[in-house]
Amino acid sequence: MTGALGNMDDLYEAIILDHYRSPRNTAPVEEADVDFEVNNPFCGDEFHIQLKVENDAVAKVGITGRGCAISQASASLLAELVEGKSSDEVHAAVSSIRRLLKGEEITDEEADVLGDIEALAGVRKFPVRIKCALLSWVGLDDALKAHQTG
Amino acid sequence: MSNPEFGSRVFDVDAIRADFPILQRKINGNDLVYLDNAATTQKPNQVIKSLVDYYEQTNANVHRGVHTLSIEATDGYELARTKVAKFINAPRPEEVIWTRNTSESLNLVAATWAEANVGEGDNIVITAMEHHSNIVPWQQLADKKGAELRYLPHNEEGLIELDSATGVIDYRTKIVAVTHMSNVLGTINPVAKLAERAHSVGAVILVDAAQSVPHMPVDVQALDADFLCFSAHKMLGPTGIGVLWGKYDLLEAMPPYMFGGDMILEVTYEDATWNDLPYKFEAGTPNIADAIATGAAVDYLTELGMDNVWQHEQELTDYAMEQILSLGSVRVLGPQNPALRGGVISFIHDTIHPHDLGTALDQQGIAIRTGHHCAMPLVRSFDVVAAARVSFYIYNTKSEVDAFVSGLCETEGYFSR
Repeated sequence: MTGALGNMDDLYEAIILDHYRSPRNTAPVEEADVDFEVNNPFCGDEFHIQLKVENDAVAKVGITGRGCAISQASASLLAELVEGKSSDEVHAAVSSIRRLLKGEEITDEEADVLGDIEALAGVRKFPVRIKCALLSWVGLDDALKAHQTG
Repeated sequence: MSNPEFGSRVFDVDAIRADFPILQRKINGNDLVYLDNAATTQKPNQVIKSLVDYYEQTNANVHRGVHTLSIEATDGYELARTKVAKFINAPRPEEVIWTRNTSESLNLVAATWAEANVGEGDNIVITAMEHHSNIVPWQQLADKKGAELRYLPHNEEGLIELDSATGVIDYRTKIVAVTHMSNVLGTINPVAKLAERAHSVGAVILVDAAQSVPHMPVDVQALDADFLCFSAHKMLGPTGIGVLWGKYDLLEAMPPYMFGGDMILEVTYEDATWNDLPYKFEAGTPNIADAIATGAAVDYLTELGMDNVWQHEQELTDYAMEQILSLGSVRVLGPQNPALRGGVISFIHDTIHPHDLGTALDQQGIAIRTGHHCAMPLVRSFDVVAAARVSFYIYNTKSEVDAFVSGLCETEGYFSR
């Protein structure tokens, strides 16, 4: 849709709206190994993220919370991505998405890993919304690192 | 100067709009519809010109030189103080202290009057609808002094019932610090009655008037306030300048807030004595240009008449409230009766997050506020973490309200595709 709503489609791509309306992996994880909450006090968005880690890979993920369409879709995309990934792969993906949202180049291999997540790149035209897109990713990265060292 | 309540200029919105250059701007290809006036207002040519004129014609330091420019700068600076004093019906211009903003005014009282007068076991009373800047200084002080911070509750509609003050304001209360008008709920609080309660137990009352002085006639004597704080930038003036008004005897007895040039009478290598009011509280070279431009803003509002300003906003609020509530998809926070509130409407959409709404409206040129509005505990008390807010001023029109409502409908359509 163009016209009155201008560049809205750049931010809210079909994939984003789909994940916002039907978030993936929202079921709670039993006996989670990683269990944490992230929030952005500026807008009040908050997510509860749980992971089951087996053999250094994410076996199960559950994310619930409330937030804007961007932060919810981003959390859902994250939930879809991390299942089955090793912690190194997750760290690499978080690094890719950080650079993607900052407007830096990412390699074709990185883009392949991110898949649908590249749809979040539209947020670059809306700098105040970058934090919404990064909220759950930054939290996940920190929590996984804490789990590894803990 | 005419009486600030009645005005000398016809309240003609088209003529008013022509005074505001920024209203010509296009935002994302659309006419700007500026509905974030509780955050800051736009500036008319008269205020902008005052700043330019000062720097082009007058610039000099105040209270120091014998040369022409210094004398003119000093006269302009002091005339602006007199205008502000008259605007709020202060008995004496020396009771008007220039600060950076409302926050600094509040901090000044907390750090001087309250520092000297609040002790262990005493209490400080505020409302549950304060801006962070009228919560945190009191939390800090209460903590430091071993005093108690108490909250006057509001009912479901966002109104303070005076009965609730019984048992909250008591003989150990030293200061009651309340917002005159909530920046979230729009509620206008019964400040004069709370002043009576405060005085009956020997406490003082401080009024956070950041949202009231710009929008309605405010008379510090009629309220019987002891301190009153507001910012120029929310009333057509520049950023970086605010006002603390206080009763003369209270200010006179207070220790200084900052030390430096202008606030001293005499300095020896060992000691110093403090200057008279208001200079005791204005250490260092003050914000001369912005003080003078605040005087221009006060002139502008005085010409319009604050009764007319208030009436215009009441009409817009009444109209907007009806339009917004008729959508059926929106919950409005605070009193539904426009007569009990100012021109601030915070709301929560059933399905659209405030930030998504804010972005979508911005694409249509419509500026609203989204988030916690610097009142986290209050917003959370409505079981939400963020809200959207529209707030009006003298240049807003019913057709802008229509543009906002149709923008909201457009956004609903977008997210329900």
